[in-house]
Amino acid sequence: MKRRNFIQQTSAATAFIGIGGLSSLSFKPNYKKHITILHTNDVHSHIEAFGPDDSRNPNMGGVARRATLIEQIKNENPNTLLLDAGDIFQGTPYFNFYGGELEFKLMSKMKYDAATIGNHDFDNGIDGLYAQLPHAQFDFISSNYDFSNTVMDGHTQDHKIFTKDGVKIGVFGVGIELEGLVNDSLYKETKYLDPVEVAQDQSRILKEEKNCDLVICLSHLGYKYSSDKISDIKLAQTTENIDLIIGGHTHTFLDKPTVETNKAGKKILVNQVGCYGLYLGRIDFYLDHKNNIEADGLKIEV
Amino acid sequence: MKIFRLSSCILLAIIVLSCKGNSVEPAKIKGQRIAIDEKIEADAEIEKFITPFKEHLNKTLDSTLAYNPRPMVKSDGDLNTAIGNLMADVVMEQTNPVFKSRTGNEIDMVLLNHGGIRSGLNKGNISTRSAYALMPFENEIVVVEISGVKIKEMLTYLERAKTAHPVSGVKITMNQNYKVTSAKINGRKIDEDKTYFVATSDYLQQGGDNMVFFKDPISLNKVDYKLRNAIIDYFKKVDTLKVDKDNRFIRK
Repeated sequence: MKRRNFIQQTSAATAFIGIGGLSSLSFKPNYKKHITILHTNDVHSHIEAFGPDDSRNPNMGGVARRATLIEQIKNENPNTLLLDAGDIFQGTPYFNFYGGELEFKLMSKMKYDAATIGNHDFDNGIDGLYAQLPHAQFDFISSNYDFSNTVMDGHTQDHKIFTKDGVKIGVFGVGIELEGLVNDSLYKETKYLDPVEVAQDQSRILKEEKNCDLVICLSHLGYKYSSDKISDIKLAQTTENIDLIIGGHTHTFLDKPTVETNKAGKKILVNQVGCYGLYLGRIDFYLDHKNNIEADGLKIEV
Repeated sequence: MKIFRLSSCILLAIIVLSCKGNSVEPAKIKGQRIAIDEKIEADAEIEKFITPFKEHLNKTLDSTLAYNPRPMVKSDGDLNTAIGNLMADVVMEQTNPVFKSRTGNEIDMVLLNHGGIRSGLNKGNISTRSAYALMPFENEIVVVEISGVKIKEMLTYLERAKTAHPVSGVKITMNQNYKVTSAKINGRKIDEDKTYFVATSDYLQQGGDNMVFFKDPISLNKVDYKLRNAIIDYFKKVDTLKVDKDNRFIRK
């Protein structure tokens, strides 16, 4: 395995030199822009770290440690975006006692930029979610839940564009079908719209109309299913214009992002970091002076 | 586990070669997963902010409500377990007075799911924290009115499930091949022409664990009572937990 790594790395380095040599003397492999995306999903009200006696995750997690890590990375690269893919609520008595207030307040203190909405975020009803919004100093991005006839109307965004070091990063969000998963008395008149259609539409708007350099989909659909159910992997394959899907719901522990090929034949990354705040996902995009990150002839080193 | 955690910083690097005109501009994407563990120092300000929330929570959670004379786990029985019996009996005992006062009817039986028992109960003092561990979810108790025919579908489901799903108010005997040989509610055989009031969770009523016999009941009665709150109220009410396996659901 190590040997293979070495060979791949060596050949990649060789490829650089080769192409550089062929084109012009001015070729320099230094990148003009560096954008860092940090992400969590399915934290499920895990405020405190797991104790040393925990049978599954001893000494793992904890918001206060996550805060330190996030600050370190932001100090290294101020051009960092911090995102969450939903299911912020439910899983420890902190939620049952305080209704999500502490979760939102801590995410605000850590300066989360945006989150999408997971099925468990409806666990105290849509009114329970709405009641906690004043504690959230970050945006809720949800593109396929139509909240028109609910208290959440006007409190979420279809997409948001963040500009970091001149790089335009478009973020939209897709949530899972609530019927059969969440009691309808909780989500009330929230309408679920087809995530593929919505994703196609949003990513086109962001990439083509708004000229975003990076398009990120915050998803709570789930990583992959054995059935036909829509998942992040399916969404990646059936859409175009998305560069990165940050997923959740299935509590999938990926040790590295999955590289998929989209409908237009281009590479797209899908990532998810399990649950309970045990890990922080980090994706670094290095962009050239034209803010390009994608091209033919993609090389992957694992 | 250790290896799994150590491998958490595996890097994925993608080298993108962007060819525009004659110039070659490389761009790169790198992905990694960073473990949040004891090697990272906790942020003091965040910890300080959490403290009052934590103290209030712990004070409430750790006050003793009842005593448990011996440990209970959900794997300690074939088709009924002490902890499952406790949960189903709690639902019956706590819900029936509410249901009766609202509708004039009595609950005939309770069916929960074995998977819904989310933890064991240790020997010793039982607190609100124990109830949260046992039932972390927000599920509500509901009472469905279903026909005797549906009760028989439920028995067929239990034959296939071969699992200690918690029950109360019903006595089911199966043979060694998990075929029902006797099933009685209130000491009487199931009457297909009669209707029965069954208490369960909203999750199961909506088809959770494939309990489809609960879907589209004759009537669906919400009691506005969370399963966990019923457990907490019961713990407050009794001094010592009743922790017995019995013959309510057996094979012989």
